[in-house]
Amino acid sequence: MAERISLMIDNQTVSVPAGTLVVDAAKLIGIDIPVFCYHPKMEPAGMCRMCLVEIGRPVRDRATGELIKDENGMVKVAFGTKLETACTAPVSEGMVVRTTTPEVSEARKSMLEFLLTSHPLDCPICDKGGECPLQNLTMRYGPGVSQFDYDDKKHLAKHVPLGELIILDRERCIQCGRCVRFQHEIVDDPVLHFHERGRSLEIQTSSKPGFDSIFSGNTTDICPVGALTTIDFRFRARPWELKQVASICTQCPVGCNTTINLRREAKSGGDPVIKRIMPRQNEQVNEIWLCDKGRLGYHFVESKRRITQPLVRKDGELVPASWEEAYQRVEDQLRIESTRLVTLAGGRLANEDLFNISQLTESKQGKPVLYSQMAGGDLTSQIGLSAGSNLGEMGKGDVILVIASDLHQEAPIWWLRVKQAVERGAVLIVAAGRPTRLEKYATHVLRYKYGEEAATLAAFARSTDVNSGNRASVEAFAAAENGVIFYGSDGLGLSGSEHLAKACARLIVDHKFYGRRNNGLIAVWEAANTQGAWDMGFRPDRNLKGTLREADLLLVAAADPAGDDPALAKAVQEADFVVVFELFMTATAQLADVVFPVLAQPEREGSFTSGERRVQRFNRAIWRQDGPRVDFEISGHIARQMGLNLEEKSPVLVMNQIASRVTAYSPVSYTTMSAVKEQWPIIGRADLYYGGTSYDNKDGLGVQLHSAADRGEELSLGALIVTDSPAETSAGIRVVPINALYDRGQMLQDTIQLALRLAPQALLIHPQMAAALGVQDGEIVLVSTAQWELEYAIWVNETVPEDVAVVARSNGLPVQTPLFVQIQRLRKGEGD
Amino acid sequence: MDKHILLRHRDIVGIEKLDIYCGVGGFASFEKAIRTMQPQDVTAEVKNSGLRGRGGAGFPTGVKWGFLPNNIWPHYVVANADESEPGTFKDREIMESNPFQFLEGLMLASYAVQAATAYIYLRGEFWELAAFLNQKIKDLEAAKLLGDNILGSKYSLRIFTHLGAGAYICGEETALLESIEGKLGQPRLRPPFPAVEGLYGKPTLINNVETLTNLPPILQNGADWYRTLGTEQSPGVKIFCLSGCVKQPGNYELPLGVTYRELIYTYGGGILENRAIKAVMSAGASSDIVVADDHALDTPLAYETCMERLNSPLGSASVIVLDESVNMAWLVDKTVNFFKHESCGKCTPCREGTFWMNRLTDHIVKGEAKASDIDLLRHEAVQMQGRCLCALGEFSTMAVVSAVDRFRPDFEKHVRS
Repeated sequence: MAERISLMIDNQTVSVPAGTLVVDAAKLIGIDIPVFCYHPKMEPAGMCRMCLVEIGRPVRDRATGELIKDENGMVKVAFGTKLETACTAPVSEGMVVRTTTPEVSEARKSMLEFLLTSHPLDCPICDKGGECPLQNLTMRYGPGVSQFDYDDKKHLAKHVPLGELIILDRERCIQCGRCVRFQHEIVDDPVLHFHERGRSLEIQTSSKPGFDSIFSGNTTDICPVGALTTIDFRFRARPWELKQVASICTQCPVGCNTTINLRREAKSGGDPVIKRIMPRQNEQVNEIWLCDKGRLGYHFVESKRRITQPLVRKDGELVPASWEEAYQRVEDQLRIESTRLVTLAGGRLANEDLFNISQLTESKQGKPVLYSQMAGGDLTSQIGLSAGSNLGEMGKGDVILVIASDLHQEAPIWWLRVKQAVERGAVLIVAAGRPTRLEKYATHVLRYKYGEEAATLAAFARSTDVNSGNRASVEAFAAAENGVIFYGSDGLGLSGSEHLAKACARLIVDHKFYGRRNNGLIAVWEAANTQGAWDMGFRPDRNLKGTLREADLLLVAAADPAGDDPALAKAVQEADFVVVFELFMTATAQLADVVFPVLAQPEREGSFTSGERRVQRFNRAIWRQDGPRVDFEISGHIARQMGLNLEEKSPVLVMNQIASRVTAYSPVSYTTMSAVKEQWPIIGRADLYYGGTSYDNKDGLGVQLHSAADRGEELSLGALIVTDSPAETSAGIRVVPINALYDRGQMLQDTIQLALRLAPQALLIHPQMAAALGVQDGEIVLVSTAQWELEYAIWVNETVPEDVAVVARSNGLPVQTPLFVQIQRLRKGEGD
Repeated sequence: MDKHILLRHRDIVGIEKLDIYCGVGGFASFEKAIRTMQPQDVTAEVKNSGLRGRGGAGFPTGVKWGFLPNNIWPHYVVANADESEPGTFKDREIMESNPFQFLEGLMLASYAVQAATAYIYLRGEFWELAAFLNQKIKDLEAAKLLGDNILGSKYSLRIFTHLGAGAYICGEETALLESIEGKLGQPRLRPPFPAVEGLYGKPTLINNVETLTNLPPILQNGADWYRTLGTEQSPGVKIFCLSGCVKQPGNYELPLGVTYRELIYTYGGGILENRAIKAVMSAGASSDIVVADDHALDTPLAYETCMERLNSPLGSASVIVLDESVNMAWLVDKTVNFFKHESCGKCTPCREGTFWMNRLTDHIVKGEAKASDIDLLRHEAVQMQGRCLCALGEFSTMAVVSAVDRFRPDFEKHVRS
């Protein structure tokens, strides 16, 4: 517990931890000290001079160190001759701060007058107008009129693209440096800089492409003026027209809390349209940040590719049908005696959908299959991150191990939180088959050959002998008070993932990193709710092809096996009857006998369970009167027709059923998920100047699930024998799949804003392999397996291992799991 | 003065050569220090001498050295050779003509704080001087006076020159450190002070060239000898940079305590064309404009007396003399234009204030201003005072306020009635 300091601010006494800044101490007791450059998430800069206050300190006798008292016995307090910046002054015992004196008011008025002399006053056409700190503080503290001649105003460029995503308005910029400091201090993408000096000082980007950072959108939230805007929201709406609906990001397993901003528009017939996605504060999940994929990746909702009507196959053709007819077709199939039901569900579904589908499957003794290349959800539910954990608290004395995951690409906010834990003193060990962005912060890096993940981890744990280069980190690992392990699917298929998950579990168990706060195992799942799917009973299938093929009735929800893999497409074709729940007419949907159109996540209510196993609710932002329905409603309706007692009307009721049947979810309800408590820093209220335009969380912080270990249950982890899958041998080149943030998956196809940032469609190979194959960097080659052949580019890259080719998943090449391919040159002789 | 203490090249031809410098007692102080004195003894001697920083602030040099914590290493020493203040040209003469005395001073300071690396930060325009100093540093290395285990002692030191890129603000010590680190030249927040967290986050001592050049004679002749020169609170000699409307402008090495009258009339030969003196500025553009009445002219030029008698700091003692032919509105337009051009832009009042002050002075001297603009100009300067991040912004207001207060008719003659 840090030492506490008492001080007086405007005659109110406040006690705060030592090191607190005066501006924050004031905020804690509801006293607003206006700021522009200061931000509670960043180191103070003292640049804007808006927070000037009078600060007095008790006078001590120089010789004795005793406090000097005046004639009334009161401690004498000496005020400096100058005002001080509250954002740079740490509190001290007995300090007296005055924020309402004429001198302070005059200083604020002066600073605002200075700032406004350079500022264009184009509020009526400014995107920030209505949620603008400069506007608000001017109304509150500013001079009514300027002493300066308006005609002397300097005009600067108003449309300066810092990249294709963020536009700078140079004359609106007040040089507070929040964006520059965010990029340097917080996300370590130092691509913004100040250039020039004096009144010519301007923000520039030094990267190619411009403003090359996956966190760039956050700078528009913390910009205290309308200088930085996203291409997505620029000139699209006024803040006061927007309605707010709390939601959860669908793009990755972090579960960032978001607020969807909506506006009714003529083009949608008066219906609300999503105008932007904003971060919503949850200090235990995403703080006040959001990556650009989460911010911009919502355009699939309004996609023209959405299906809106049920389809049934008639005379070999899929044709529109009524809901009743579609339901009836499925019911008929389900009623066939001893029909073999297989349901294949993706992690994009909500818990409520997964529960209903799983219950329906169970009632027919069917098989609920999770469409995933990752194993270990049974382990995370037992020894996963413990309830009460907060990555934001991890630091000195703690260890974090990340294996087979490029967190920066797979779960950006976790990357950020792990980096920050290291900055607070945590030991970070990164194990990977190739270099990733996280390694920069690692105390120790373990480099393995793809396919030897589990063995590497096991060897690491044993390498305590004096000569081992790993010894220091093994000791750090063993000595750590708390430990968290992240494992992902970089270069792994399902069978490799099973071995890796077990190896991680072994390490967790051996070091007792479970059942306690800030300890446990975290899977970096491919989807937002993969953990929920495990918890609702879905399991990935090593023989997916066979399982699909043998199904009499195959129900596919939020998965596109046929689109991902030609072999699986064949298997789907072989299933007798295929029912698909989908947003889009995917390859799988095209093979279906019945297709149910479903609502997109912002069009419905539900809950996701994040990778940290926090169950969080999202709300309906857009109401669609007709057309698609919710997955849990469709599955619930079918189940009720079959005589099951499942809910189809409300996710609240479905969750009540989940709570009564799934032990870990017993504390979860739409009420408990909606609970909020005071968070620091205080943001998103009327005092927007303080933390930016991220939203205050009024809609729920979610419920952290207790692991089986937390509940004190006996663990059944199975045999944690650590080996890797036997190395496959085959002719050709082994390709391993990795995950790219901006891939060509269904959910990003409509976000044209990110088109230039998409991962390159290329096989990455080492120069040695390129030489052996006789291929050039950038060359298009024919890549083939027994099932498929495709033309694809080759990029030569020194950072990839010499023995494998690396390719991003969902990026044009059907590689979900490591496999062998043939590579043939198309233009023989050219470039030789 | 018969013999110079700092500008010794005026007495000794060829002192810029190492053998000649050594022949007149050069490096005796340094050798004495590293052979016979503990680092803290060197600091104590400097503290006792009462030497005060010659860069302008006048802070006691030995006391500043004592601020470097001895539990954080390494320590760095930086010689501030950014000499950018208008009317200041003393460090340049020292470095050009008596380079080894300056380098010996830098080495003594480095030894005193046990720094193994020292930098000389030179303003960008001093590129020829940087090449010259690099040669002198090579000469010292060849003579084994610099490098590892100097003269067989345990002490090792390297000196590097670093050129700025043409920014006045980089004379401010924290902006200077940013510049050495390769960053944009903007001042840092203080605290932490450079003595604790300076270059690359390590304890750093920054001293002006002239300050350092005082060290060899102090160590050679002792603190008591040094105190026989100058005044009690401002011991020693100072190089006064005399410029403006005087017959003999230039550098004058004189004991502190010499009066304005002596400096201007005895040494500077009086005012050009024997016009009447109107005002003086004591620290280049960063000064109040002081009315040159008898009270001012009889003020001894020492740190304490300038404050007591004129309420205006001595600063770098870059005395600019202004005679009756000078219009103060024109003068203020020049100084404000300088500060506008040099403001780094980091803090609001300086970035915006210098710009707008310059707009107003520009309007005034062009005869486009209203009478109320004079008050606005003064008001704006006051609006900046006490609110800037570093001293540059504060300095920019001093000439403005004092000129408007003391020479208002000079402004009024320009404005429309």
